[in-house]
Order: sequence, then C-alpha cells, then structure tokens
Amino acid sequence: MTQQFTLTIESGRNRLGEQEGFDRIEIRPGDTLSIVGPTGSGKSALINDIENLAQGDTITGRRILINGEEPPEAFVREPAFKPISLITQNTRCLADLSVEEFLLMHIRARRPGRDDLLDETINLANTFTGEEISLKSRMSGLSGGQTRSLMIADALVIGDTPILLLDEIENAGIFKDRVIQSLQRGNKAVILVTHDPYLALTAGRRIVMRYGGVSSVIEPTGQEQDLIEDLAVVEDRLHLIREQLRLGASFSSDSSSGSSSGSSEVLIAAVEQGFQLNRV
Amino acid sequence: MKLLIIAGPPSGGKTVVIRQIIKNLPEGSLPAFLKIDVVHATEDEELAEEFGIPVKKVYSGDVCPDHMGILVLDDALHWAESLSRNILIIESAGLCLRCTPYTTHSLGIAVVSSISGTNSPFKMAPLLALADVAVVTKTDLVSQAEKEVFRESIRKVVPDIDIVETNAIQGTGLRYLMRRIVNQPEIGQDPIMLRGSPPLGVCTICIGKKEIGWKNHFGVIRPLDMPEPLYRGD
Repeated sequence: MTQQFTLTIESGRNRLGEQEGFDRIEIRPGDTLSIVGPTGSGKSALINDIENLAQGDTITGRRILINGEEPPEAFVREPAFKPISLITQNTRCLADLSVEEFLLMHIRARRPGRDDLLDETINLANTFTGEEISLKSRMSGLSGGQTRSLMIADALVIGDTPILLLDEIENAGIFKDRVIQSLQRGNKAVILVTHDPYLALTAGRRIVMRYGGVSSVIEPTGQEQDLIEDLAVVEDRLHLIREQLRLGASFSSDSSSGSSSGSSEVLIAAVEQGFQLNRV
Repeated sequence: MKLLIIAGPPSGGKTVVIRQIIKNLPEGSLPAFLKIDVVHATEDEELAEEFGIPVKKVYSGDVCPDHMGILVLDDALHWAESLSRNILIIESAGLCLRCTPYTTHSLGIAVVSSISGTNSPFKMAPLLALADVAVVTKTDLVSQAEKEVFRESIRKVVPDIDIVETNAIQGTGLRYLMRRIVNQPEIGQDPIMLRGSPPLGVCTICIGKKEIGWKNHFGVIRPLDMPEPLYRGD
C-alpha cells in the first residue's frame, strides 16, 4: 500500500497576515517531523491543512502538493485513495456501533475486501492500552485511552498510508513507547504535533509555530544529541515510576532516589510482571 | 436564476454552510434568501445584516414547514426575479427528516452533522436520497476514522451521492460544493416539480385541531385497523 512519494507544503500566511517562515517543506517516506508551539499557535490547523490537502482554500492559504503537483481529487475525497491518516486529539467516539462494526465499516471505506485486518487492528490496539478492548465493546463506551489506542491501530493497520499525522499522542495515558515503535515500522512519513520534549527533539525536523503560522523549521545538526540522551534517561525513569504507580505501588525514599541500579532493576522486573498480568 | 434548496436537521449547520456559500459565490452573483421555519428564526435578519442581501422569512405555524415551503416557492421565485436577483437560496426548517423539499431544476443540498450518530443517515434516508449533495459538517469534532465511517454510512443509504465534508466555520472542503453551485444550470422555462412526494400532512391536525381520533378529523386519516390511510373530505 505504501507508495513512494513526496508531500510538499507550500507556505501561506499567519494570523497577522505575514508570510510563513519557510518557502516549502518537502516530506518523504521515512521522514519524521515534530510540530511545536504554544496552544493556539496553529499546530492542529497545520496538520488539518495537510489532511485536507488544502489548495489555498483554508484560512492559512497553504497549498499541499503530492509529487510536486496538485493531488487528484480522489486523494482528498475518497478514503480508499487517501494517502494520509490523521490521528486527532479526540478521545471520544460518538458512533453508535460496536468496535467490530466500526472497524468493519472503516475497512469497507478504506480497504474493501480486507475484513481480515480486523483482528490485526484490535490486537495492535491492545498492545497500546492497559485495559483490553473487546470487539463487542460499544465505541461510545471506550475510555479516552482505549479510543486513542484503537484509532492509532486503525490508522496503522487499516489506513496503512505513507503519511501519518498525529495530534498529541502523549496525552492519552497509553504506552507511548510502543506506539512510537509501531510508527517507525513500514517506512512512513510521520508528522506529530507534540508538547513532549523527547518526541519533539528526536524528530528529524522540527516545525515551530507562532501566531497561526510556521515561524521556522529547525533541522537538528547533532548538537542536541547530548540533551536527547539525558532526556532518554529521564523518560525511562518516568515511565517506570508511572507504570509502578498504575499498578498500585508506593515508594520509600530509598527506592525513589533512583541512584542505585539495584532499585531500578527491581522496578523493571515488577513492571514487566505487571505487563504480563495485564495482557492475560 | 439558480435555485438552491438546503435541508437538514436543526443545528446541523445549514446556516453556517449558507454563509460560506454567499461569501464564496463568484463575481456577479446576486443572491436572495428565503427562510422557512415554524415559530422562530433569525437567520434571515443575520444574513441581511451581514451581506446586505434581500431576505424573506415564512413562519409555517401549525402547518408542516415543508408543505408551506412548497406552497410559497413559486411566489418566492417571482419575488427574487422582481428584485433582479440571479440566485435564490431556500433554507428549510429541517424537522421530521422525512421531508424531500428538493425540486427539479434546483440544486438540492442536504446538510448533516458528523456528530449526529452513525445511524442518522438511515433515519433521514428520504432527505438524503433525493439530494444532489450531502454536506457533512463539524468534521473537526470527530476523528478521521469516524468521519470516514459516517461517510460510509451515507454511501449505504445513497451510493452515488456527492459527499462534501467540511468544518463549515472555517470553510474547509467547501470548494467542491462551490464548484457544483457554479456549474448548476439556471431554472429555465420548464415547470418546476417536486422530486419526491413529501409526507402527507394536509389534514385538520396540521392546521391545529387538537382532538384525538380520526372521527374528529378531515383530510388524510387512518383508523387503527385500516392498513392504509385514506382521504376524508371534499
């Protein structure tokens, strides 16, 4: 399904009417870009422009090209031809359907004849979430984290598009690291809106938003590598403590000091055991 | 003159879509607007103030608003013509969802909200089936997957309908609707007819008689053990 191609963002204008701080951004399969900026700075509007393959007809005036040209109409209007999956911030699904009915309808829209993708989707979703989602659950009854886990799995398995847009995946209480691992498979271009320093810094390019437009595009030169490594350690530690807390742990001043590798190993062992229990 | 008939449930976004249509009409377009509602509507005043266009409003009171719309449509076309307008936009009240207010020689636009539930297209099947375009609004409030499932649900009801998805407040995606409007032919000299039959509503309940039981009414009535309604009266 994944085709080789280039997506180009041609610049528009910000809320003040000024030209954005770039001429064009070219995105190819395998690229990762993060979008950062204060709330209200236009991050979601940017990924919505990409999802809609805007042609100067949105508030920003941006144009989105595929292989250097205006994309065919079917790319915009027919889910079966759409090369872009978007995972929005929605943590509720209003569809009055069971998970199974919902996914089968989405398969019919995106990948007709591939009903076999149903099991793969639900299984992947259940690796992202602590509480298992069943095919018989009602969509409207899923928790926020379950909904987002399912939407991410849906985008990866049913969408399986060369371009993947994610709007703040870190906010759903799901297993972020596993989501990131899944995203990195399959040579996709991944564009993510994030407030998470680690996700923002590890992306290949960083788009900085201000006043409703792009103010700059940063291409890291490697000087941030030390910071990324420091953050990775902090991230690991936060992750372990978070999972422990979720499993009901309480901490003595000794085990929370974090300086001894011994206590970390105990934590890891306990967390892994916790995951095993969760998945049964 | 071009005729646009816009229908859909209340709070689905009809007026927001109309506002975008008026804003994006090509140069030389002279729109007029008619709102048909039951007891309360302010859309006409808002649009007159915002765009300085001629507007009219009809309250149907105790009568089905779509019946009322059908009755006044001919006069409305003459009204718009007498003001030298070249596009008449009619907004229905959007109540029972059984309505099919679209006519021949018009562009029929059904406006439905993407948050109205996956089964809503089935419930409003007649409203969608005879429309030319289904405009799905509020797509910014649902996930992409949910938007696509809703689209699939409309496709099940009307396989070939032209679906335009939009966040109408921003106007995203409406370029496809505007293209349909630009390409829509003028009404011409042929008589304008309803595309489908609206639900029967011309009876004494419709005009406000409150008694229960068919014996108290005239028009289209139905006793409990009769399989089909019948007409009682002159």
